[in-house]
Amino acid sequence: MANQQYKLVSCIINGKPVEKMIDVRASLTDMLRDDYRLTSVKKGCEVGECGACNVIINGECFNSCIYLAVWAEGKEILTLEGLAGPNGEISDIQQAFIDEAAVQCGFCSPGFIMSAVEILEAKREFSDDEIRKLMSGHLCRCTGYENIFRAVKKTMLRRLGKNKEADAV
Amino acid sequence: MYDIKALYEAENVPHAIQLLQEHPEAQIIAGGSDVLVQMREGKRAGKELVSIYMIDDLRGVSYEEDGAIRIGSLTSFSHITRDPIIQKHINVLGEAVDMVGGPQIRNIGTIGGNTCNGVTSADSASTLHAWDAIVELTGPNGIRRIPIKDFYIKAGKVDLQPAELQTAIIIPKAAYEGYQGHYIKYAMRNAMDIATTGCSVNVKLSADKKIFEDVRIAYGVAGPVPMRAPSAEAKAKGKAVSSATVKEFAQAVLDDIHPRDSWRAAKDFRQHIAVVLAERALKESIRLAGGEIDG
Repeated sequence: MANQQYKLVSCIINGKPVEKMIDVRASLTDMLRDDYRLTSVKKGCEVGECGACNVIINGECFNSCIYLAVWAEGKEILTLEGLAGPNGEISDIQQAFIDEAAVQCGFCSPGFIMSAVEILEAKREFSDDEIRKLMSGHLCRCTGYENIFRAVKKTMLRRLGKNKEADAV
Repeated sequence: MYDIKALYEAENVPHAIQLLQEHPEAQIIAGGSDVLVQMREGKRAGKELVSIYMIDDLRGVSYEEDGAIRIGSLTSFSHITRDPIIQKHINVLGEAVDMVGGPQIRNIGTIGGNTCNGVTSADSASTLHAWDAIVELTGPNGIRRIPIKDFYIKAGKVDLQPAELQTAIIIPKAAYEGYQGHYIKYAMRNAMDIATTGCSVNVKLSADKKIFEDVRIAYGVAGPVPMRAPSAEAKAKGKAVSSATVKEFAQAVLDDIHPRDSWRAAKDFRQHIAVVLAERALKESIRLAGGEIDG
């Protein structure tokens, strides 16, 4: 392209302040994957329907495929990579996905888990219907949704100190 | 990568107007959940965009001096649903926009974009019609305010003049005070679906809750643009709150609406559910307003 347009985009990604020249045509998915190598952010439908590219921006979930990279300016972005502990340990919600067999091919998992993180960060108990509604922006073609639902519910209850209730889910 | 010819980012409303004047072919992009998808599909590929997404002045819900509720055009659906002013006076709008797409879409989608794209199925549009919303447009010649019914011209076409952008949606105090309403979205799925038909009803009952002082009803997907059903409203206004009035009201919507056959649903089916939704939404509105109906 003769007159490509770039812009300096400064933001915080997974707790770290970063800045790079970004092609203005890039989606946030493009930027996170290609410029920052955060490949948990999946390219699924690329039209905001499947939720595989879901990330948390300033505390709220967004499909990064339909979010322009330049809009990330000044924002705080969290991807699945940002959930890792200091020595690369996986988080409780990721472990719950494993324990509940909520992962099969794994393509939808990062997106689902980031929506789960938004639920968990609210630090309150949601009803089953509320959890289903809050997780409804994702498509999974392998496991069905019940195992995913159980993983989220159990982790929510455990974080609230309700271990007995979590075991009974 | 999107097939964007050029992107111009507006820092504030006057800057947006200036950019739109400099680039008359450019398309405004707010949250982008329609524009970017259409670009991906090829419909708007290769276009110039003026992004207004970063204009934070256009976000939030507040009162105007005369008590009207002002919703900034870039306010996202999820922020409308959670807003205390909306919850207090026009909770049905928060409920209606909580049925758009899925959670992530409700975080990016804006009420301005939902109305400016001019589609009949927009979940906010029927409720805004039913509450006599006013659309505020800001352009090179200043600000103009028009009733939402005049804003919609035809399917996909709204009254946005060159270099103009929608800056707010206003619900006048007289339009919300004392009213209670309910919205029903009829769709095939509980999430990520477009309404087969959407129906928004609200009522203002007399002090003794026996008489309909006012009844307003509007539909999405009952015609090429969202619409009110004035014949139905006339059947109920001033009448006793009774199941007979509710039935008469619901039947009368057929005089006003003109849905079409589409791959989503047949015309006959849409007419049928329009009547059923009118009845159910009115009954729920009566209940919310503290009224009771016989039998």
